Amino acid sequence: MAERRVLWLGLALLVLCGAFLAWQLRAPMGFILGLRAAKLGALVCVGAATGAATVLFQTVAGNRLLTPGLVGFDALFVLMQTLLVLLLGGVGAASLPAGPRFLMEVAALGVASVALFGLLLRRDARDITRMILTGIILGVLLRGLSSMVQRLMDPSDFAVVQQAMFASFGRVDPQQLAFSAVVLLAAMAVALRMAPALDVAGLGRDTARGLGLNHDRVVMTALLLMAAMVSVSTALVGPITFLGLLTASLARQVTGSHRHAVLLPAAAILGALILVAGQFLFERLLGSQSALAVIVEFFGGLVFLFLVLKRRRR
Amino acid sequence: MIEISSLSYHAGPTPILHDISTRIECGGITALIGPNGAGKSTLLHCISGLEKPSSGSVRINGIDPFSVPHRQRAKTVALLQQSPALVSRLRVRELVSFGRWPHHQGRPCRADEEAVDRALVAFALTELSDRTIDTLSGGQRQRAFIAMTYAQDTPWMLLDEPLNALDPRHARDLMARLHGLSRDGARSIVIVLHDINAAAGWADHIVAMKDGRIMAQDASASVLTEETLRDVFDTPFELLQHKGRPVVVAR
Amino acid sequence: MRLWTLTFALLAALIVTSLSLGAASFGDDAGWLLMVSRIPRTAAALLAGAGLALAGVVVQQVVQNRLVEPSLTGAPEASMLGLLLVTLIAPGMAVAGKMLIAAAAALLGMAGYLALAARLPREDPMLLPIVGIVYGGIVGAICVYIAWATDLMQFLGAWQLGEFSGVMIGRYEWLWAIAALAGLLYVVADRITILGLGEAQARSLGLDYAQTRALGLVVVSVITALVLVTVGAFPFVGLVAPNLIARWRGDNLRVNLPLIAVGGGMLLLTADIIGRAIRYPFEIPAATVVAVFGAGVFLWLLHAAPGRRHG
Repeated sequence: MAERRVLWLGLALLVLCGAFLAWQLRAPMGFILGLRAAKLGALVCVGAATGAATVLFQTVAGNRLLTPGLVGFDALFVLMQTLLVLLLGGVGAASLPAGPRFLMEVAALGVASVALFGLLLRRDARDITRMILTGIILGVLLRGLSSMVQRLMDPSDFAVVQQAMFASFGRVDPQQLAFSAVVLLAAMAVALRMAPALDVAGLGRDTARGLGLNHDRVVMTALLLMAAMVSVSTALVGPITFLGLLTASLARQVTGSHRHAVLLPAAAILGALILVAGQFLFERLLGSQSALAVIVEFFGGLVFLFLVLKRRRR
Repeated sequence: MIEISSLSYHAGPTPILHDISTRIECGGITALIGPNGAGKSTLLHCISGLEKPSSGSVRINGIDPFSVPHRQRAKTVALLQQSPALVSRLRVRELVSFGRWPHHQGRPCRADEEAVDRALVAFALTELSDRTIDTLSGGQRQRAFIAMTYAQDTPWMLLDEPLNALDPRHARDLMARLHGLSRDGARSIVIVLHDINAAAGWADHIVAMKDGRIMAQDASASVLTEETLRDVFDTPFELLQHKGRPVVVAR
Repeated sequence: MRLWTLTFALLAALIVTSLSLGAASFGDDAGWLLMVSRIPRTAAALLAGAGLALAGVVVQQVVQNRLVEPSLTGAPEASMLGLLLVTLIAPGMAVAGKMLIAAAAALLGMAGYLALAARLPREDPMLLPIVGIVYGGIVGAICVYIAWATDLMQFLGAWQLGEFSGVMIGRYEWLWAIAALAGLLYVVADRITILGLGEAQARSLGLDYAQTRALGLVVVSVITALVLVTVGAFPFVGLVAPNLIARWRGDNLRVNLPLIAVGGGMLLLTADIIGRAIRYPFEIPAATVVAVFGAGVFLWLLHAAPGRRHG
């Protein structure tokens, strides 16, 4: 049943992608198609990465209000990028080939996130609201730190970071897109392989350990996978805080399942669906450019408040 | 004297108090008892002028708490709300001093300081007067808040479940203090109690409430009968006498 | 009295540092430079910091939660929304009118937050700041959307990231209104403290709760608008200064309100000095410095604060 719904979602995504590519296509067709395909690829990658990363994070944190964006994962990524430029110098960082550089950034984020959030999740697991608040403020701190470090740099180095940070759906580097897609697919495959373990981990640390799961290892792996996914989405477009929340709660609603084998693909497809549909609506139908992220923030915020107030009524 | 006539209170569409008419005489301790949701706290709030009744009237020492200025009301009746779970860094003395606020409105004089000292002594807080509230134990904190209410120096003190979260020793201690303070006749105390035996042991009068109505009201001994308690709490009780005092045991 | 001597010595040192620090060096026209740029800048940082700290403590008393401050109630975002609308509808309006609209919008924004807050369970004190952040984010998203659609992003950017590099004589004098508001708050300091005891207790003491709360919120809105319009938004000042003072000196505002104001002023001035010195002669906005420092202190409060679990 749940699997069928995921199939339908996938089908809807394919149709939508087709429409996105073919809508009012004019000459020069090849050129426009190329542009649109790059943009579509970015949208799908970012949506899927955000959706799947959020499901993973919510499982690990045992809380459906948290998203990687909310606790500053993307800020950590930007900080890592900034520090890398600071370390290697603007020219050094720019002369690295995009692929290895991206992998380096992913690795750095993975290590940093395991160190930081592994500790946070372990220490504060019992006091969930405090954990959320800590995460949010940590996000503010990380964002502040990276913007401070950026201002400490040479203007020319700063330009390099800025280029990396303010990429948007409009101008995506095809090579980076390819790398992102590979990293995302690999992370997704590993996540799906460990889906049953994640199901058990979602029961909470004590229960999961009681059932013989090496909970800490699952959590660490999930954090690493999530770091890879967040790197993909942040490197491509920058943070969209509430997209993950929107996607993950929708995925739970639509599938009515708590099995990760279903939830992960559903969230990934829904994330892509929301972004592609939103972009299609705004760009093609309303003729407006990049307001999409703002709209997603707005509705995602409303969903968050709704969830908080609903939780209270239970 | 507190006079309540045909008082009703609705919280939105939900009726909480039904057409209550009664009077509470001055002097001594009057205990409000009854099961959860009987409307005891709401009645206390209505008497103290904090919740306006939907209909009916309240007179406390002849004044209507809803029509007199706030300050005059606060000099007639003081309310301690249920579990003031305030985590404050006010010092005990500062907190108790706020009880004098209705009298001095920000400009304390010698008499106010003395009243604060008396309240600190009456509740054995002198030693603690420089501690901040958030460093106190539950019992000490409860005492500090009651001392503030006491320092307000009103003829009527209304206390909403002050024994909540107190261990037996501190509960007994507090009731004994309140009992002592109410002997001189200048202060009347109305107190919501969950512990029927605390009411049996210390109260001069008892008002038993259920479902927003008063079920029984009289001198303690005449309210505490097995029949009344069974009707009020919907559970059988046994009434024993121990050293001349009534003791209530759930059967 | 030693406390105040110490405080004033520190304050004087900060002021001297701030006056002598800048890209232009003192020459023949040192007096002119001081008058036009350095003194206004120093005064602006002190006034804005003091105002934000006072606004913070008032909000904390109103919602009875130490982890809240004006920028966690949607007030600055609502204020920006009001300003955006004024800029669109009546761009020629006098500054006083804009201030008034910004303050009214901030008040509305806070009213919305308080309505939300009233629906949250009291037992979980940390929900209040979380909901405030998200609520502010939603209002902020509306701002960004409008600003983006009407090409006003530059205005929004200036409001969002507070800094003092543009402060000059003739451009900051509105901030002196904060001094008057601080005086007003000092007069009603007892009442504000009583607010923090909770509604039932405050009213039992004969306080006109609704009126006092309204007064407090109006003062907070006006301060928010004044600071936002003249120098932009600064996060965490209203949280950090009152909390640090309360930990050190307690909650009696009659005694501590002046200290909170001075503390907030010194905090923001220090942030501005750091922002100016760290990569001289370039500047880092004071808001960025405060965000890093303030977030650090917030995390510490969150995890080190004893006794909050009683709530």
